[in-house]
Amino acid sequence: MSHRLDEAFARASGRAALIGYLPAGFPTARDSVRLINAMVDAGVDIIEVGLPYSDPLMDGPDIQQAVDIALRGGTTTDVVLTTVAEVTRAGATALVMSYWNPIERYGVDRFATGLADAGGVGVITPDLTPEEAGDWVEATDASGLGRVFLVAPSSSDARIEVVAGMCTGFVYAASTMGVTGVRASVGSGARELVERTRARTLLPVAVGIGVSSGAQAREVAQYANGVIVGSAFVRCILQAADATEAERAVGSLARELSEGVRGR
Amino acid sequence: MTSSTQAATRPVTGSGHYGPYGGRFVPEALIAALDQLDAAFRAAVADPSFTERLDLLHRDYTGRPNPLTQARRFAEHCGGARVYLKREDLNHTGSHKINNVLGQALLADAMGKRRVIAETGAGQHGVATATAAALLGLECTVYMGEEDTHRQALNVARMRLLGAEVVPVTVGSRTLKDAINEAMRDWVTSVDRTHYILGTVTGPAPFPELVRHFHAVIGREARAQVLQAEGRLPDAVVACVGGGSNAMGLFSAFIDDPQVQLRGYEAGGDGVETGRHAARFAAGAPGVLHGARTYVMQDEWGQTVPSHSISAGLDYPGVGPEHAWLHDTGRAVYQPVNDAEAMEAFQLLCRTEGIIPAIETAHALAGAMRLGAELGPDAVILVNLSGRGDKDVATAARWFGFDLGAGVDAGLGVSAARDAELAEGR
Repeated sequence: MSHRLDEAFARASGRAALIGYLPAGFPTARDSVRLINAMVDAGVDIIEVGLPYSDPLMDGPDIQQAVDIALRGGTTTDVVLTTVAEVTRAGATALVMSYWNPIERYGVDRFATGLADAGGVGVITPDLTPEEAGDWVEATDASGLGRVFLVAPSSSDARIEVVAGMCTGFVYAASTMGVTGVRASVGSGARELVERTRARTLLPVAVGIGVSSGAQAREVAQYANGVIVGSAFVRCILQAADATEAERAVGSLARELSEGVRGR
Repeated sequence: MTSSTQAATRPVTGSGHYGPYGGRFVPEALIAALDQLDAAFRAAVADPSFTERLDLLHRDYTGRPNPLTQARRFAEHCGGARVYLKREDLNHTGSHKINNVLGQALLADAMGKRRVIAETGAGQHGVATATAAALLGLECTVYMGEEDTHRQALNVARMRLLGAEVVPVTVGSRTLKDAINEAMRDWVTSVDRTHYILGTVTGPAPFPELVRHFHAVIGREARAQVLQAEGRLPDAVVACVGGGSNAMGLFSAFIDDPQVQLRGYEAGGDGVETGRHAARFAAGAPGVLHGARTYVMQDEWGQTVPSHSISAGLDYPGVGPEHAWLHDTGRAVYQPVNDAEAMEAFQLLCRTEGIIPAIETAHALAGAMRLGAELGPDAVILVNLSGRGDKDVATAARWFGFDLGAGVDAGLGVSAARDAELAEGR
């Protein structure tokens, strides 16, 4: 329920929430649950479970590779919902991040109901624009899911008002004009985008794309309500020699980021 | 049906919907650029000097109007119907693709964008884009699936000769669909100074409407030419449908003439029943791909299923949203044509008319043979000869078992994998 998203941001009281992304089924269905639990144990406040899709046009090479592995491993929408249920049982607050076609194909109402039943708190839809979201608004309202759309540095003020007005839970501010991926610095337009968004909504504003280190998390946490990290976690796993090392690397990055959002 | 047909011909300005199809399903970062493009397009359409500039380019550079050729000997294989070929193959760069590319390159110029990018499958759209970029002094990058760079090595060389950077795409299925993903990723990163010249009537609004607009010249010319030749409208207009731009350009002039059948032929590959095809209407379902709702080849979970066709230009799992709407309303009829059937038509046209068509186009020719048999000798059939087959010589030689010699093979770039595939398909 979206009030559970509100609670997650409230729990972070006075600091930015840390939001960590990992695709379901990556590197395997069982390991992704274990790795997500490790992220939560190490201080990640909200988990974004990726629904692997064949044509992820907003994602850079790391996430493309990860979802490719997940799809080849047989990850389906049902596996994603099961993953959400399992990590929720272990104590996580979990959202799903999904491109639109898999949701439409599964059935908009069926997906929203299934996710709510699994304990999921919301959905980020990176390629669904508010203009196309009629059915989705009804379905998420009915099931109490948070509905997160994106704003970008190129969004006009009027556009931000429309997009933010359609969101519940929080607004996702894309820091950079570009695809997901680890970058040396967070886009300089991110702070301005957060300020422009905050002037038009009471919802928390979380910044994603390009945040990968404790120092970057600390910087973003000074002006945003949430810090979203994806590719950096994925890369830990892609580079690890085995499951144990992956879990250690993910935990260590989560602790570093968690210190970062606490200003340490 | 009249009202729904009209809806298909006239999308709501700015919303880009054709019934339930079309729209915009893209990252928010692209919305401002699509709005800018939409505004530039509408300003250009209303500006007589833009149209004049484009018309002059078409006359002096592309070689328009191109002729309508009556195919008398080929027609004997089409139930004796009178068959006319709209000769887009005679355009500069060898296909209809140049119509859209020149229009969009002028739009890029008008928007002050000095870099253009494009995706390409068979290479025809990439070559056309590289050509327009050279003509207007624009920087040009073309994304092409690695698999297609092997199939169409000659076109890769042409693009490089024209000064374009060709980026082989090594992710996903390494074909046209992945080239579009990569072009979108480039665009979202570089949109301030880059225009994406999308090559067909797919993608987010306003692309389907805009690309159709620039190809409508095909239909306008063909309509006048067939009226002059026959004193009446044709019974059917026929085109191959990958993304569907040549078909949309032709159909657009006849949609409001209910007595003219609109026939689109998509790639049946090894046969729809084998699963190795690109038959979106025969075997796909409504969904969202590359920014628009349309018919998509997808599995039960909404994952895109890789397409297959001997023709790289039809090897695409989606189709333009206006075609989806024309299909649902029944205004146009779409059927699959298998590789073998297309290659038979390919050879027939070579030998009866002295015209080597693109393999994409051969699907439309096979459709005309089927349709002619159905309509009989009194029928007039207009086929869009969308491209010439120079680029396909190696593939065709392989298919028909000619020995090109190893050196020639390497030069024409038929990959070993492709050879094996073709051998299997025989």
